[in-house]
Amino acid sequence: MNKTDALIIGAGPTGLFTAHQLKLIGLNCEIVDNLDKIGGQCIELYPDKPIYDIPAVPECTGEELTNNLINQIKPFDIKIHLSERVDEVKKEGDNWIVKTNNDKEFSTPNVIIAGGVGSFEPRKFPVKECEKFENKSLFYSIRDKKIFEGKTVSIFGGGDSALDWAVELSKNSKVNLIHRRDDFRGAQATVDTVNELAKDGKINLYTKYQMSSIEGDDQVKSINIKNDNNETKNLKTDYVLGFFGLIMQLGPIANWGLNIDKKTIEVDTEKFETNQKGIYAVGDICNYPGKLKLILSGFHEGALAARACFKLARPDEKYRFEFTTSSKTIKERLGVKGD
Amino acid sequence: MAKITFITHDNKNHTVDVQNGLTVMEGAVQNDIPGIDADCGGGMACATCHVYVKDEWFDKLPVKEDGEEDMLDMAFEPKKNSRLSCQIIVSDDLDGLEVSIPSKQS
Repeated sequence: MNKTDALIIGAGPTGLFTAHQLKLIGLNCEIVDNLDKIGGQCIELYPDKPIYDIPAVPECTGEELTNNLINQIKPFDIKIHLSERVDEVKKEGDNWIVKTNNDKEFSTPNVIIAGGVGSFEPRKFPVKECEKFENKSLFYSIRDKKIFEGKTVSIFGGGDSALDWAVELSKNSKVNLIHRRDDFRGAQATVDTVNELAKDGKINLYTKYQMSSIEGDDQVKSINIKNDNNETKNLKTDYVLGFFGLIMQLGPIANWGLNIDKKTIEVDTEKFETNQKGIYAVGDICNYPGKLKLILSGFHEGALAARACFKLARPDEKYRFEFTTSSKTIKERLGVKGD
Repeated sequence: MAKITFITHDNKNHTVDVQNGLTVMEGAVQNDIPGIDADCGGGMACATCHVYVKDEWFDKLPVKEDGEEDMLDMAFEPKKNSRLSCQIIVSDDLDGLEVSIPSKQS
């Protein structure tokens, strides 16, 4: 059981800056995120896109913003638990017990949800029967590529994941690559490689096709693919892989007894506390009159929620407001020399 | 101002007035049209405001930018007449536009 003053759910910009604010006022905290990397939407959705409305930063990309925030919390020793999705939050005495999908447990008086629009999950095939084969002979990510050796693998998608795996698996497997249009959005070099492998017969390329049905008993046996003109092809296949990117799902947060409206959590604007004492929501996932879904709003919300945590984490102490420019205590926490 | 009709998956028509300059997605969200999630808020980063544009309207709309087609790769059941409604800006010319909403967005 990990004990901490505050647990932050979400390692996007808001979660990272909230951690900074907590450490600055002398509380400890840990961060949990479902993705395998730090940065949330900034890293997953728009690492290369420029952002123009971060105060005092005329222009930066999602990746640069994330790296700067990571640098800003470097003075503090903050544990970030990646690839962990929080599944359960329940009250035990004065504390919240938080459990993840990998059975990590936390005990804390304060839970700060900085979850954006929820957790990122792979987008799935629209064909409903696919569920039956999921994680057996149909996958949305690859853990062990050895299982595909000598088999026929049908890969769907047009981005880097689909192309990279088509190239890689074509070395030891029979690969079908199926995409809904002629253009691929992956890196040009990989697109060229795929086209060459297709010319040499190492990859069977089916463009303008999408899956229409899937057949098999325990294992996938074949799939039908269809184009815009309703022409169908039947492909025998042992495995099916889908790479359609990630989608944000509110997920288990919906079951924690919070007031939720249109995938956002209602909070007050003093502490950014939800209807549950000691659970706060900040950033894109919170909602209050006048809410703006901007990164800068998340920073403000996190700063206030962090102060609110103090009372529950240190019930016998009084929080005293201090500036970073002048406070000796804060400078010690940051590890910088006073003047 | 344009009257825009959203046909939801249960075949119900929802016709609403949308101000010029807003996107079709914003018109849907402001009027609580079910089935337009718009998770990313119009940043062309999520494909959850995906609609099918009625054929006679499809060619009248400004053409897609590259990024939109990339995102449509990830939409639920994309078709020839698929668009992201956050990328269609409303003007008087779009008065009478009809779009259908897919059975789900993810």
